[in-house]
Amino acid sequence: MAEFKEAPAGAGTLVQASTWLENRFPTAFDAYKVHMSEYYAPKNFNFWYFFGALALLVLVIQIVTGIFLVMHYKPDANLAFASVEYIMRDVPWGWLVRYMHSTGASAFFVVVYLHMFRGLIYGSYKKPRELVWIFGCAIFLALMAEAFMGYLLPWGQMSYWGAQVIINLFAAIPFVGPDLSLLIRGDYVVGDATLNRFFSFHVIAVPLVLLGLVVAHLLSLHDVGSNNPDGIEIKAKRDPKTGIPLDGIPFHPYYSVHDVMGVSVFLMIFTAVIFFAPEMGGYFLEFNNFIPADPLKTPLHIAPVWYFTPYYSMLRAVTDDMVNVFVGLTAVAGVLAFLKGGFKGLWKFAPLVGALVLAVMLKSFDAKFWGVVVMGGAVMILFGLPWFDKSPVRSIRYRPSWNKILYGVFVVVFAVLGYLGIQPPTVVGTLMSQAGTLFYFGFFLLMPWWSTWGEFKPVPDRVTFHAH
Amino acid sequence: MSDAAGDSPAFPSGATVDSGRRTWLAITCGAGALGGAAVAVPFVSTFAPSERARAAGAPVQVDISAIKPGEKLTVEWRGKPVWIIRRTPEQVAALTKNDKDLADPKSERKPADLTPVYARNEGRSIKPEFFVGVGICSHLGCSPSDRFTTGAQPSLPDDWNGGFLCPCHGSTFDLAGRVYKNKPAPDNLEVPPHMYVSDAVLVIGEDKKA
Repeated sequence: MAEFKEAPAGAGTLVQASTWLENRFPTAFDAYKVHMSEYYAPKNFNFWYFFGALALLVLVIQIVTGIFLVMHYKPDANLAFASVEYIMRDVPWGWLVRYMHSTGASAFFVVVYLHMFRGLIYGSYKKPRELVWIFGCAIFLALMAEAFMGYLLPWGQMSYWGAQVIINLFAAIPFVGPDLSLLIRGDYVVGDATLNRFFSFHVIAVPLVLLGLVVAHLLSLHDVGSNNPDGIEIKAKRDPKTGIPLDGIPFHPYYSVHDVMGVSVFLMIFTAVIFFAPEMGGYFLEFNNFIPADPLKTPLHIAPVWYFTPYYSMLRAVTDDMVNVFVGLTAVAGVLAFLKGGFKGLWKFAPLVGALVLAVMLKSFDAKFWGVVVMGGAVMILFGLPWFDKSPVRSIRYRPSWNKILYGVFVVVFAVLGYLGIQPPTVVGTLMSQAGTLFYFGFFLLMPWWSTWGEFKPVPDRVTFHAH
Repeated sequence: MSDAAGDSPAFPSGATVDSGRRTWLAITCGAGALGGAAVAVPFVSTFAPSERARAAGAPVQVDISAIKPGEKLTVEWRGKPVWIIRRTPEQVAALTKNDKDLADPKSERKPADLTPVYARNEGRSIKPEFFVGVGICSHLGCSPSDRFTTGAQPSLPDDWNGGFLCPCHGSTFDLAGRVYKNKPAPDNLEVPPHMYVSDAVLVIGEDKKA
């Protein structure tokens, strides 16, 4: 235990109270220093650095509005739809709380996608921040589960058929699939049992996991320190006397005040959507979800909410033809690894055998299963990013100029995949999403090679910073 | 085991490891983990369908006398939509024309699950006129929508003979619930066990086991 401190003689009530508290709960005072007043963040943060704080804000909004929604919502297949309408029409200000929650879900994905893009372009996932990135990917995964299960609760047509499709994804897994999807539904069709368990997961299980992951994400970030747009390690240049990084400034008050501005702008946009376009033309709240769930009739056009559509496109892209393309690519990869892999002795044949096994598996299971693998793999592949990137520098600022074009194309492809996922399936659309899927996976899987090509620019010793 | 000994209070330097105690420690931990895993079993089991859900699933009787040729009636059986389609003679005749474009025209895939013995024919039905099928796409469980009109139309080939289009992922089925080639859906629509009690009354969910 630390030494007992004494408040100076004649100190005011506030100082005395704070001394009393510090003697009894020093952990809180230490945490304030470690995470706020003495957490030194690089001074060159730009626009992209608002989104982490904003994600935390949206998490708080979702938890608070969620608590109030649960007070009126009924997780029962016969009552759920009506209880949501009751919140919208009869509960005083219920519409506002519900629109905050539904808009918050989309806002969460907007800020999280931008936050992830920031990490991607500035190499924030590279050593020593691999774990920060991994916790972040796990948060993204938990967020997808949270959003998906929350979407079932209004028990509209889209809720019902969306859940039906996603749960049936698990049925595609060979051997255990059908039993697994039965276990998830708790009935032979999506029904009351499914609604009840999704409610339980949505309001307690996943949020607890999410909070734990957010704490791990922040603690691990504060252990290794924030990256910055230059991708320079600010801890390398410290003040010889104080040991404080020369390019670091205390998070509080500098970035806490800075983030208040970001929060203000965010809230302007957020409230504008809540008040003027809560359905966002059918993208935030789909029109078909204002029709109660009908297990006998699928809506004519069904699509997930916008934030899932890039992955949904990849799922739809996997047809029998696409599987044949996968077989071809597997063969090419196997032969290349055999010729150039540099394996010794009998191991030289390992890539060929591996490729053969994979090709046989590709052809022996349904394309439907591989669609599920591709969809899941598109999210899981993000976890590997710290090890795919072999670039000697972190930030895109000092990578070869053509990298900017490549990252730009990546963003466009992701957006096009998202657009195609909203549209009804067409022949051209399927071809485009197949090309997009190949690009998406190629971007990550070929990164160990392309990230080393080209001429890297010299990285400065100190961060680029222009005082205002 | 000197490497385990250090200067921490738990391992003062010079302390030795009592391997007998360590064995017991390992056994205790293992037994504890087993106990924990055993406790998980009842919790995971609660996810399975309840006795009530298992019991629901009685056969359904349907009066089919009012269905006109070319019309479809949808009834609910075990929470799923079951279609009863009265095919016109032209529609029945068109079925064979589809064979070359179908993934499994002879209903040979998973016959035990999808096609009862009495429905393993061109029309996948007991009577050529009436098709009875579960209206759930074998891809991801959407209910395909009717596309009975023949000829060219959006999302369908120009030589379309009538059938179903799944709105979710574009799988197409003919009027015998057979899936077309190179579509996300791997299998034909399921034909449920069914039988005719009389010309007008159909029972879904039960059949005469020969």
